[in-house]
Amino acid sequence: MNKPLRRIALFCGLLVLALLIRDNYIQYVQADSLRTNASNRRVAIERYATPRGDIIVDGNPITGATKSTKSGINDFEYKRTYKDGPMWAPVTGYASQAFDASQLEKLDDGILTGNDDRLFFRNTLDMITGKKKQGGNVVTTLNAAAQKAAYQGLLSRGKGAVAAINPQTGAILALASTPSYDPSTFAGTSGSDEKAWNKLQKKNNPDEPMLNRALRETYPPGSTFKVVTAAAALENGLYKSADENTDSPLPYTLPTTSTELKNEGNIPCKNATMRVALKVSCNTVFGKIGADLGKDKMLAEAEKFGFNSEQLTPVRSNASVFPKTMDKPQTALSSIGQFETAATPLQMAMVASAVANNGTLMKPYMVDKLQAPSLDVISQTEPQKLSEPLSKSNAQILQSMMETVVNDPQGTGNKAQISGVTVGGKTGTAQHGVANSEKPYAWFISYAKLADGSSPVAVAVVVEDGSANRDDITGGGLAAPIARSVMKAVIDSKK
Amino acid sequence: MSSSTNTPTHHTSTIGSIGTPSRRNTELALLVFAVLIPVFAYANVGLAIDEKVPSGLLSYGLGLGLIAGVGHLGVRKFAPYADPLLLPLATLLNGLGLVMIWRLDQSKLLQSLPNFAQAAPRQLLYTALGIGLFVAVLIFLKDHRVLQRYTYISMFGALVLLLLPLVPGLGANIYGAKIWISIPGLGTLQPGEFAKIILAVFFAGYLMVKRDALALASRRFMGLYLPRGRDLGPILVVWFVSILILVFETDLGTSLLFFGMFVIMLYVATERTSWIVFGLLMSAAGAVGVASFEPHIQTRVQAWLDPMREYKLSQAGTHDGILHSEQAMQALWAFGSGGTLGTGWGQGHSELIRFAANSDFILASFGEELGLAGIMAILVIYGLIVERGIRTALAARDPFGKLLAVGLSGGFALQVFVVAGGVMGLIPLTGMTMPFVAYGGSSVIANWALMGILMRISDTARRPAPAPAPSPDAEMTQVVRP
Repeated sequence: MNKPLRRIALFCGLLVLALLIRDNYIQYVQADSLRTNASNRRVAIERYATPRGDIIVDGNPITGATKSTKSGINDFEYKRTYKDGPMWAPVTGYASQAFDASQLEKLDDGILTGNDDRLFFRNTLDMITGKKKQGGNVVTTLNAAAQKAAYQGLLSRGKGAVAAINPQTGAILALASTPSYDPSTFAGTSGSDEKAWNKLQKKNNPDEPMLNRALRETYPPGSTFKVVTAAAALENGLYKSADENTDSPLPYTLPTTSTELKNEGNIPCKNATMRVALKVSCNTVFGKIGADLGKDKMLAEAEKFGFNSEQLTPVRSNASVFPKTMDKPQTALSSIGQFETAATPLQMAMVASAVANNGTLMKPYMVDKLQAPSLDVISQTEPQKLSEPLSKSNAQILQSMMETVVNDPQGTGNKAQISGVTVGGKTGTAQHGVANSEKPYAWFISYAKLADGSSPVAVAVVVEDGSANRDDITGGGLAAPIARSVMKAVIDSKK
Repeated sequence: MSSSTNTPTHHTSTIGSIGTPSRRNTELALLVFAVLIPVFAYANVGLAIDEKVPSGLLSYGLGLGLIAGVGHLGVRKFAPYADPLLLPLATLLNGLGLVMIWRLDQSKLLQSLPNFAQAAPRQLLYTALGIGLFVAVLIFLKDHRVLQRYTYISMFGALVLLLLPLVPGLGANIYGAKIWISIPGLGTLQPGEFAKIILAVFFAGYLMVKRDALALASRRFMGLYLPRGRDLGPILVVWFVSILILVFETDLGTSLLFFGMFVIMLYVATERTSWIVFGLLMSAAGAVGVASFEPHIQTRVQAWLDPMREYKLSQAGTHDGILHSEQAMQALWAFGSGGTLGTGWGQGHSELIRFAANSDFILASFGEELGLAGIMAILVIYGLIVERGIRTALAARDPFGKLLAVGLSGGFALQVFVVAGGVMGLIPLTGMTMPFVAYGGSSVIANWALMGILMRISDTARRPAPAPAPSPDAEMTQVVRP
């Protein structure tokens, strides 16, 4: 009976071998994907096992952590807290024990929890020396004063968004959106956290407080898009200067149709120079420029400014839209920011910043550096050039046009004037809805230039003010004062 | 490897006059490690959870040491030539299991579950009872061949034990499997664990008698030897009963274990490969047949094929008449989160497996906290126990002892494979316990008894035979010198 016994011994050995192989497969080969599976509660437990690192603005943390109230079987040790949560929510996103995380909190989760591979060596050292694991910090490029100005300005207007950029680097200085939400209210797992979360959801709250309007909402840009059209005209040599008379009939009939393009009010647009046309916001002049240049040239210029592509700041923005297929009359409409043209506030801030930075568009970013718990820099963001939408000389022509918009007494943007500072801007009042039934959006894009010619800030403001009287809604009236206060805050903080 | 290869050829029996050394001191030295490792582990858990050495360390260490010591003294006195590895290996597994059970007792999540009670003290008590039974087997079972007498009583006893959970009022349905009986005032008992040993006794006794008939009196059919109907009868009965268990108690594991054990013993007894083929065909037919109409088993198969889907169904609280379980996925996450080296004792979150974390799924708890390294060590320990058991079978001098030893160790191996394979997602999950480490009185006590029987067979096999009496013929055939 010994021969079969030996075979049975072999068989039992094979059973154990099969188990060993399977074990190696799940605990070695598959281990990482199992460990990091989003449904694996350990991911969340780990995330809140130590106080998260902070998100830092101007050297001060805008986040914090408290010990969770241990109600029942809550296995999360620390809870996220936020200072001025609603103001910073479009920057930080949220980190909730029950509802995962978003934006910077999610993207830099590894650094904030201390689990990032780049912290591996340090963590190993800490493990040996018996120190508790700590999270690193995310240092943002934001400017607290500018953010406050933007948020306060929007609060007084209801719904809207602001994006402000440093044109020379692409560093984002302000990113505000209203109505906003306080991520602290649902950072935990309790019943009240759940209630707060549910109240913020789109289905329960048509105002969508959790929508990051500065990055994720695209609005028809209206007349602010005329800056892009003017840049296209200059770049393609259609008109060589700001003060050359354009070939612009009034009334202007859209090509191949019998539809007349109208201007807002009775403004001097017939054969107006681009400077005048931008100052008073002539639809006819810029509509015709777009139609004259044609779809391809307009599209090329718009895409150089960043249209039709998402921006990763590292938080992703929605792609702004400049339509790729359209006929001549549609090209004319698109060139004045109508038809299907749509832009995020960030996109329009990029347009203003490219003009202010003498034609060079920098890649927008909002994380300056990532720090280890010891404050050692793990990674530092270097400013990057995104594109060159227009030449330096053309940029300066456009600057002088935009400055006329603000400085000229008849200009639509003179509420953005700041004494002692050169400001260039463009207003926009974007109609939307079926047959323009909805209240229009008020836009303002602008930049400020210091005496030395450098430009510390470009900003885009959009206000969707449902409460304002329809006839009062103009970019100059609603949005320009907010842009002014944001620019002023940046300049003042420089002093 | 058997002793027969070492004996001089002119002896007609395989009993050598010089036996294997007793190795009792080796066993004692190994036992010291088998106790110290869990004691250190216990201290480690305390430090990890409360940042201090647990207050029960001394009593716990003494308890485990005492249990091991009693076992060792029992072996020294009543089975001095028994295998020196079995007791330390089983003690080590039992000790590690106790530590893990104690560690899970500390979990806030598990404490918040309804019906929570500290499991470690009871497991320690069960272990003591188990060792008591182990020593009792060594004392009262002077010779394992005595068990042959109880062949048919064993069959009857095993069938009764197996069918007890089906008796109304006695059986308890816990989480979809009816494999428990509840004894008022004492708790629940899993008769299947004891039936395993008793069935092995029946199989060994029956096959020892019938093996020649089964092996030789057969017709050749399509290259296979088909046995005669009357020899096949009891086999078909056993097959039928295991299917019955499967259907009525929804216990896939136990029926697989019994049937596998039987096929192994049949193969060893008859030395005919055709039995393996028959066995596989019959079990496959049975499993497929039952799986086609038993929803409990269908769920298990689905959970095995797509654990994530089962997890989502259980989270969503889907009520389609079937109890969806997140356990399979939770176990995989526990293993994955442990990775190569594990999180360390007390620093994992295997309590997420909930109520089964210290019983059916204790291996996943080990996987998380001790990692791949720890699980491989545990599997190797199981492998060693099985191989020492089969070695005992090889060394045994009587066919009954051989069959019993291989049946017990083969059954043990199958149980380890079925449980560990189920928890790791290698095969569909069945509700059995990991011998020695898992929480459960029936399991611990029965497996210690099993060890006792193996030790007895091993002792008999390795015991030196008395020196042969001088043969009177030897004088006569001396060469007479001229």
